[in-house]
Amino acid sequence: MELAFLVTLLAAGIRSGTAILFATIGEIFAERSGVLNLGIEGMMLMGAVSAYGVAFATGNPWLGLGVAMGVGGLMALLHGMVTISLRADQVVSGLALTFLGSGLSAVLGAPLVEVRTAPRLPVFPIPVLADLPILGPIFFNHNVIVYIGLLMAPLGWWYIHRTRPGMELRAIGEYPAAADVLGINVNRQRYAYVVFGGMMAGLGGASLSLAITPLWIEDMTAGQGWIAVGLVIFAGWDPLRAALGSYLFGAIRRLPLDAQNLPFFLAYPQLGYFMNMLPYLFVILLMLISARSELRRRIGAPAALGQPYVREERGV
Amino acid sequence: MTSQTTTLTQQRRIGLRIERRLEQPLWLRVLTPFILIAAALLIGALLLSLVGANPWVVYNKMASIAFGSAHGWSDTTIKATPLILAGLGVSIAFRMRLWNIGAEGQLFIGAWVATGFALFWLPRDTPQAIMLLVMAIGGFVGGALWAFVPGVLKAKLNINEIITSLMLTYVAILWNNYWIYGPWSDRGFGLTPQFPRNAWLPRFTDYSGDFPFLRGITAHAGIFLALAVAILLWFVWKRTKWGYEVKVIGDNPRAGQYAGMYLARKIMAVMLLSGGLAGLAGMAEVSGVVHRLQERFSPGYGFTAIIVAWLAKLNPLAIVLVAYLFGGLLVGSDAIQPAGIAKMLQGVVLFVVVGGELLLQYRIKVGRSASS
Repeated sequence: MELAFLVTLLAAGIRSGTAILFATIGEIFAERSGVLNLGIEGMMLMGAVSAYGVAFATGNPWLGLGVAMGVGGLMALLHGMVTISLRADQVVSGLALTFLGSGLSAVLGAPLVEVRTAPRLPVFPIPVLADLPILGPIFFNHNVIVYIGLLMAPLGWWYIHRTRPGMELRAIGEYPAAADVLGINVNRQRYAYVVFGGMMAGLGGASLSLAITPLWIEDMTAGQGWIAVGLVIFAGWDPLRAALGSYLFGAIRRLPLDAQNLPFFLAYPQLGYFMNMLPYLFVILLMLISARSELRRRIGAPAALGQPYVREERGV
Repeated sequence: MTSQTTTLTQQRRIGLRIERRLEQPLWLRVLTPFILIAAALLIGALLLSLVGANPWVVYNKMASIAFGSAHGWSDTTIKATPLILAGLGVSIAFRMRLWNIGAEGQLFIGAWVATGFALFWLPRDTPQAIMLLVMAIGGFVGGALWAFVPGVLKAKLNINEIITSLMLTYVAILWNNYWIYGPWSDRGFGLTPQFPRNAWLPRFTDYSGDFPFLRGITAHAGIFLALAVAILLWFVWKRTKWGYEVKVIGDNPRAGQYAGMYLARKIMAVMLLSGGLAGLAGMAEVSGVVHRLQERFSPGYGFTAIIVAWLAKLNPLAIVLVAYLFGGLLVGSDAIQPAGIAKMLQGVVLFVVVGGELLLQYRIKVGRSASS
């Protein structure tokens, strides 16, 4: 009984942590390049609504997924123009992007709220592996989007730490002037990674509305974009730790839903409000943990995070 | 140091260059806000027509509903009141480059504490003046403590206040829901019973017996409180050492520390004040408008306040003006479809202002780029 509950919870955690994983990995790339984008929440919402709308209109969820990534990328491009070329404050521009995205998605999505029939991304149990005891239901009996997430984390880690472009990415975030001397076009690469981050946020939003909670409601992300920003810090800008954080977060988020049938909770239905607080308190706890380990191991943010690079003006 | 090395890689080429104007000409400084507002309206119009609305009709209707009559002005004032208070609150933090974006949560907690006093913690026959004073102080303290958590974490452990203040906003809303659906619920609905009359902030319409023209003007005394705080804050920035120090730290924290200012202590004080004013906004809203605590009593005042503060360039008096504009936007968009237009326009305005202001500070030069 307890084991079955745990297996269900972990499987649900991996499933519902997937959206946030995409967004977190995207933000890791953007921040590694030196650009903080606080617009994830807005980009996710736009991704979610456009994916749902396109899937409903065309009957093809994959097309919805692609459009969502495009929309997220476009919004991030806007952020890039404002912060990289015009050198505006990254915090304020990101906030503006979130406002824009949540407002625009509410307007665009108003006619979709009643729609319950948009096609979803398929669930695909992996042959043989899905029948394994315990591991099967946790890892191998999921929506296709979940597998993409499972692959994305190690791929992202490999790209950042083991490839030439990954090294350049780290360079432009740590010491853009030095990267510039090596002939790396700092701002062009920053644009690329910011747009990539936006595409991933769009993908995260799409995975919400097409697979994880397949419908559209206003503000359906409920702060997940912001949680992704927090997870980036907890992850120490590393995609593998981001996966750990995202799935843990997913499990905690699912806890109230999965636990509500346990006899203990049936006796105290009011506990639900407090259980729903847990994911947010969990993020604060993660920030506390990473603040301590940051002091201990001196891993920190990319040195040039938040600073525009101007060849003539600054040496850092 | 590195300028020597970077010049080696610079190439002579013809192209577009962006460079900062050394001086902004007067005409540009005067015109900037108008250009930005026009640009925002234009982009907003474009988006509106994209979603199938006629922007001209929408703008006209919104303006006439919000500012076209005494009742319109009254409704706009009602919306502007929490925006001014919370906007002033976040502006204090922003002035020190502390990004308290959790004003919405602080507002909810302020409203919750005020509700507690109005309905449960004070005798029901408490004189109105004492009741309101206690509610206001309680709301302020509640909001302040809610903001103090991110403040302490920032000051002592350098934990990003953006994330923590926002996460606590979600916690605050759930906390609120627990009480209005649970212990404080009125027959199981998502709201508390109505406050007794002595817990209501006086409204203009309450005096319509003596002044009949005030009938239906439901704006409440909170606006005077908001204006008073705005003037007070203007004075703090202009005339006090405390305000000066906050500004110095905001511009250059290291310089502030060298001058002997206590950074950690300032961070905590600023967050307390910032959250306190947001909490006061929550108290004014429940005591002046809804007269009970209920679900979604705030249409995101705490978030809109961020935009208000930023557009007003953190100037307390400008915040009052901008809050009225956004109050009008909220009132106007309540009456039009589709919903969400207000939120969308807010995002557009903020974006245009953030980007456009810088755009006007730079000039684009065509020609040979700088070379060694």
